[in-house]
Amino acid sequence: MKLFIINSSIGRKLIMSLSGLFLFLFLTLHCFLNLFLLGGPSAYTAVNDIMELPVVTIMVPILAAGFVIHILYALWLYWQNYRARGEVGYASGKKSETTSWAARNMVILGLIVLLFIVLHLTQFWAKMQLQSFLGGANQVHADQSYDLVANQFRNPIVSILYIIWYWVLWFHLTHGFWSAFQTIGIDNKKWQPRLQIIGIIYATILAVCFTSINLYFLFGFGA
Amino acid sequence: MEKTIHITLKIWRQKGPQAKGAFETYQLNDISIDSSFLEMLDILNERLISEKKEPIVFDHDCREGICGMCSLYINGHPHGPDEDVTTCQLHMRKFKDGETIIVEPWRSRGFPVIKDLMVDRSAFDKIIQAGGFISVTTGGVPDANAIPISKEKADEAMDAASCIGCGACVAACKNGSAMLFVAAKVSQLALLPQGKMEASSRAKAMVAKMDELGFGNCTNTGACESECPKNVSISHIARLNREFLKAKFKD
Amino acid sequence: MTQINSKIPQGPLAQKWSNYKASQKLVNPANKRRLDIIVVGTGLAGASAAASLGELGFNVLNFCIQDSPRRAHSIAAQGGINAAKNYPNDGDSVFRLFYDTIKGGDYRAREANVYRLAEVSNSIIDQCVAQGVPFAREYGGLLDNRSFGGAQVSRTFYAKGQTGQQLLLGAYSALSRQISKGSVKLHTRYEMMDIVVIDGKARGIIARNLRTGRLERFFGHAVVIATGGYGNTFFLSTNAMGSNGSAAMQCFRKGAYFANPCYAQIHPTCIPVHGEFQSKLTLMSESLRNDGRIWVPKKKEDAEAIRAGKMKPNQIPEDERDYYLERRYPTFGNLVPRDVASRAAKERCDAGYGVGATGLAVYLDFSEVINRLGRDVVEARYGNLFQMYNKIVDEDPYETPMMIYPAMHYTMGGIWVDYECMTSIEGLFAIGEANFSDHGANRLGASALMQGLADGYFVLPYTIQNYLADEIRTPRMSTELAEFAETEGAVQSRIQKIMAVKGNRSVDSIHKQLGLIMWDFVGMSRTKESLQKALDAIIQVKHEFWTNVFIPGESEDLNVELEKALRVSDFIEIGELMARDALHREESCGGHFRLEYQTGDGEALRDDENFSYVACWKYEGDGKEPSLLKEPLIYESVHMQQRNYK
Repeated sequence: MKLFIINSSIGRKLIMSLSGLFLFLFLTLHCFLNLFLLGGPSAYTAVNDIMELPVVTIMVPILAAGFVIHILYALWLYWQNYRARGEVGYASGKKSETTSWAARNMVILGLIVLLFIVLHLTQFWAKMQLQSFLGGANQVHADQSYDLVANQFRNPIVSILYIIWYWVLWFHLTHGFWSAFQTIGIDNKKWQPRLQIIGIIYATILAVCFTSINLYFLFGFGA
Repeated sequence: MEKTIHITLKIWRQKGPQAKGAFETYQLNDISIDSSFLEMLDILNERLISEKKEPIVFDHDCREGICGMCSLYINGHPHGPDEDVTTCQLHMRKFKDGETIIVEPWRSRGFPVIKDLMVDRSAFDKIIQAGGFISVTTGGVPDANAIPISKEKADEAMDAASCIGCGACVAACKNGSAMLFVAAKVSQLALLPQGKMEASSRAKAMVAKMDELGFGNCTNTGACESECPKNVSISHIARLNREFLKAKFKD
Repeated sequence: MTQINSKIPQGPLAQKWSNYKASQKLVNPANKRRLDIIVVGTGLAGASAAASLGELGFNVLNFCIQDSPRRAHSIAAQGGINAAKNYPNDGDSVFRLFYDTIKGGDYRAREANVYRLAEVSNSIIDQCVAQGVPFAREYGGLLDNRSFGGAQVSRTFYAKGQTGQQLLLGAYSALSRQISKGSVKLHTRYEMMDIVVIDGKARGIIARNLRTGRLERFFGHAVVIATGGYGNTFFLSTNAMGSNGSAAMQCFRKGAYFANPCYAQIHPTCIPVHGEFQSKLTLMSESLRNDGRIWVPKKKEDAEAIRAGKMKPNQIPEDERDYYLERRYPTFGNLVPRDVASRAAKERCDAGYGVGATGLAVYLDFSEVINRLGRDVVEARYGNLFQMYNKIVDEDPYETPMMIYPAMHYTMGGIWVDYECMTSIEGLFAIGEANFSDHGANRLGASALMQGLADGYFVLPYTIQNYLADEIRTPRMSTELAEFAETEGAVQSRIQKIMAVKGNRSVDSIHKQLGLIMWDFVGMSRTKESLQKALDAIIQVKHEFWTNVFIPGESEDLNVELEKALRVSDFIEIGELMARDALHREESCGGHFRLEYQTGDGEALRDDENFSYVACWKYEGDGKEPSLLKEPLIYESVHMQQRNYK
């Protein structure tokens, strides 16, 4: 029992799906909070106070661990699968129909998402929460963070990159959502198409919400 | 009259397991579109023999799509471009006149090449030996109608049991995973009351053997299902996952 | 003359098997571990025998030529398996199954064997269900049955159109379990090359490792042959490409009798031949005759128009169609036994009413049942068969009738065995299609699966102990013994002889030549002249083979052409034996139809007075005519009569 999450393929996949679903939850929360940006500085600041709560402080390392585990397991699985394919590839390529385009390209999509996360963290998180942890003097308080976001997102290059990112993420999530349920075993013939559609709708809502925030600032709205 | 086509074949030739292989090109003219793919290879082999050359080695036996012995990766698909058939049931009418057809062996670490297009699929036998059975000995079993089984369950078990063990799922999988094959057996037996007794140990043992033999991890791309000549559904993989995880958490 | 002892137990028919089991010798568990049994073949008979013997504690060595035991051609059986369960309450019983089988075999099978077969049939179904075979079920959760040719009850259990596959996978799973336990050692891609006989007893085999081409020796206290039939003598048949009669011929050459070689079954519902390149024929399950109706046009002009492609079958009105089976056999209709249905199709085609481009086809029409029950029901019953037909012929059988024609399918003849499934060589057993015992001159549908599994699960595991009980003091022998070396040497020189021919013909081309001779002269209707012609022609084929065959590559390597050549060299001998047996049997019975011996309305005319016996052929040396021994068939429980399906 102890080690099946390391020693067995399904155990490893379980970790992938659980960490993936956890990140899904995080994204949902993140998106929900960000939507308050549309309500102007006061609404956002009020909500942002939540971020100062101790429970959030506890959650941050857990969240970070979720990311790290998801990424490390992905790379590990990728390496194993690469070896399992055998040394010689197919000269005529792989033309088999798959459940989606994303399904074949999860690793690449994941890596692109990861790259942006690094950018995103240096842009915002490093200046906001990290400082609050460090108790540093440069801390950007909740009331200032609205301006930080607004300033960044008004830069068209930054915003367009962000929007691209959301839709790369969209691809990753569309496969990730139903795939997570399939791996956990909560799936069958009837539910597979349903979960796939729910995944697409869910991912679309997230991507649209995130995108709308960028467009909101890009087109000059907000204080 | 009978319609014929001209084709160019690029076929993988490899002397032995350790030898280095390469593609060879053959031109075949006037192939009847009513001939099967393997009959087309028979014609080519007859020609090679008449030229005193060694014929192309490929596995095949029943030639009616049920024994699972034939393989071949043809133009990007295991068992070729037609739907729901094995290579022996693939017919030349699925190809165009003048088409170039690339024929390769199954490629996967679990299926090493033996010669030309023939691969070693004994890994599948080993997985079944690990637990793909119900532990009953001959005789001393209850009457066949003693335990009713709902038609729905029996039919679903039959769908899983229709797996022919050809290995197309592994060949199609970008991860070289054997999950569909393993799932088909675990799911079939988990659906039947007779198989429930050992469901946990079976799932664990078969998955462990599959992992040990170097097959990859399933990432739910569904390529296996779309290439399976018997249409075994990936919903059986979900059942395997369920059975496996249930078993592990019970421990 | 050598007396043939079939060792049929005393007592009334229904008690023979119980009496046998009650008085036979057994081997105790400690001794079982010290006894080695070689089982050649992993089909229904071989796999079930190897598994059951392994479970009992014997040390089993199991061989197959394919890459996995699951590939054996039993897997291709579609329709079903018979058993006398009488679940549908339609009047079935062990005796009725026995009687139908004896009658279906045209009174040329051994009563005691057939009764035993019917008796154990029910246990087979129980066993398979316990193994997880997903038989078709009713909505109430109980097992479903359907009817098959030659019976008036529904006693056939089935799993979609893949019954053979499911039963084989059941046996394969039992076998796999024993392999994992170490009681069975499996050798895949190994082909038996000869049997080793020491002091008159079978003590091992020489097998060729097909991957390396090397010969290897294996010892066994007993050897079981479960290698199937020799239908591929005809080149085109419903058998798998690898199915062969070589193991049977090896036994024959070592002194085992070959029984009734001429009893071959031509199956009525196969997809017709469509070209010279054709490599095999595909069966369409007999179960289709449950709902499909067989017909040809009533008018010759219509048949001609169809052959010329000027007319479609659907254009022929109902009253212009000749449902000839329903017309000739109103009681059994489309469900007459296979030999009867095949001959009737040939009769119509020979008379000029055949359809298809070649005129060698009849229609199997589902329009009536589709109209009556709907397409969905038909699809649920036969969907996979319709799909298979569609992929091969490129026509949709839901829209236009299927075309079918008889093809070589099964061989009732085979290695002679006694009641214990032992051949005339001590310690050498033969089970399944490889032996001759249970189907007489014609096998009923869904009986082959029954026989294979009966032999493997419930007969051989008992009877082999009666022999092995006397072998417990025989130690494992070294394969270095002179007999092993000699046998291997003989195999080696046979291989070298074939390799050395270096002629100009491919193996397949010679095999096709043999097949045509067999189909034309030893096929569905035989005459004295045709059989003599066949014998002459086969001698020429034999000469051609040994002087003009060409095998590329090396003998000590994976060499598919050499494998085929070794098999074809035996097919030639079998062909000769079939023709010889058919020539000597001056009567018609079941699958053996001599044009000279028929009733006024074209039915098979038996000669019970002179031919009510098993013809056992004994090898007398290379190039010499085999001698004939006769095992009389004595019927105590059934009254022999002319088969009547009208």
